[in-house]
Amino acid sequence: MIHFEHVSKNFGRTAAVSDVTFEIGSGDFVFFVGPSGAGKTTILRLITRDLLPSKGKVVVDGWDIGTLPTNKVHILRRSVGMVFQDFKLLADRTVFENVSIGLEILGKSRAQIEKRVDEVLDLVKLGEKKNLFPAQISAGEMQRTGIARAIVAGPKILMADEPTGNLDPETAKNIMQVLFEINALGTTVLMATHNEGIVNEGKKRTIELIAGEIVSDKKKGSYPHGRS
Amino acid sequence: MGALDTARTHIWRSPYQALAAVITMFVTFLLAGVFFLTTVASVAILDYFESKPQITVFFADKATQDEINTLKVRLEQTQKIASITYVSKEEALAIYREQNKNDPLLLEMVTADILPASLEVSATDPKLLSELEPLIKAAGGVEEVVYQKDVVDALLSWTNAIRIVGIVLVTLLTINSFLIVMTVIGMKIALRREEVEILTLVGATPWYIKFPFLLEGGWYGAIGALLSWIVIIPIVIWLQPFLLSFLGGIPIIYGVFGSLTSTAFLIFSSLFLIGLLLTGFLLGSVASLVAVGRFLQ
Repeated sequence: MIHFEHVSKNFGRTAAVSDVTFEIGSGDFVFFVGPSGAGKTTILRLITRDLLPSKGKVVVDGWDIGTLPTNKVHILRRSVGMVFQDFKLLADRTVFENVSIGLEILGKSRAQIEKRVDEVLDLVKLGEKKNLFPAQISAGEMQRTGIARAIVAGPKILMADEPTGNLDPETAKNIMQVLFEINALGTTVLMATHNEGIVNEGKKRTIELIAGEIVSDKKKGSYPHGRS
Repeated sequence: MGALDTARTHIWRSPYQALAAVITMFVTFLLAGVFFLTTVASVAILDYFESKPQITVFFADKATQDEINTLKVRLEQTQKIASITYVSKEEALAIYREQNKNDPLLLEMVTADILPASLEVSATDPKLLSELEPLIKAAGGVEEVVYQKDVVDALLSWTNAIRIVGIVLVTLLTINSFLIVMTVIGMKIALRREEVEILTLVGATPWYIKFPFLLEGGWYGAIGALLSWIVIIPIVIWLQPFLLSFLGGIPIIYGVFGSLTSTAFLIFSSLFLIGLLLTGFLLGSVASLVAVGRFLQ
């Protein structure tokens, strides 16, 4: 599903990622852990082709990121849902409207959008708040809205960049539960975090990065160096 | 939300920027429309005069029919004549009556006696006119010789001057409108940076992102153009009596402006509106496209 082969990404003289190689299969759940500046977000941005590798080869769902033409990037991005630490919700749209964006861009009919958005909002337990605006819901609900938007079009991969970074421990636990449920339905989930507790409780594959290099890649890993 | 709804929402959410863009477009199309109509009218006038005989020889009242016939025969003998037509006083009156049939006052005041007889002459080649001139001037009974070339040349120099001033002004205003729409759309994109970023990340095509902005710019242009039409057409209607009194003799002008309820005038004003709307929409949408293109890069 995702293949990194000796990938490096430099910003000027600074190496954000150095000679990284790994393989992620369909349906996997993988934590990318490490301190700030370790290269976790850079790896996620390489997967969505928000960045191009300076060296090496990145293949996502059969697409070679290095040779993917600009006019095909949107097709790749439709198979990769993104969840952000700061939620990135549109303040002037309701929960329902924020989630429906992912289907509107596909040209789905009103009826199809309503049916699918309601299904996804039920999955993230936001069905009763669909007509509220982001300012009227809690941080955890905003993040669940962000997750609903990311999965509404049925992507093969869901990437979450520090999705619990702005949440209290209890809410973070709920968000993780939602992500595990989505993974159980067959979606590959990649999550960048430096939250030790979440990684250790999750008992999922963990790739640890320090200064842009992979220092460990364990199947049911933990994050002993992390900070909660 | 469809592209049209999104564009409409964008406009309503920042009405003052929208108003600035529409007013600029309005001024541009008002002047462009006025200069366009002036140019079309001047072309019609020029065509009319160019289709007229190259020389009109007017005879004095005391000129005899023999003098007129002699000049006609002598001109024909030069074999440099393409056509020559005699217009008697009575025929001149008939022409005058036809040209002023809508103005009874003018018809009452004129009789055949005060109109001169004339010869309308066209040479096989306009260059030969100078060779015919001495022959005409030497003939008996000739009172005045009118060269169509002089009229056309004078008209040409005026219309060229109007066209140059018009082109310069309209070009400057068009550039100004283009830049203002670009700036307004640029500001709107900057305000909606997060929305554009989210749309890009969830896999929207560049065209899906660009289209509402393109429609918005197109709306500014089309609304500005519509307002200019709403101002220009009443001006044309107000000027109609003046137009007819000066240029009513020109068939195409009389045909279009002779009656404001005629099909010709309705077709003219409808085509003028469609032309303005299309040009306005195109100008606004291209300016938006450039602004969005710069941002998405």
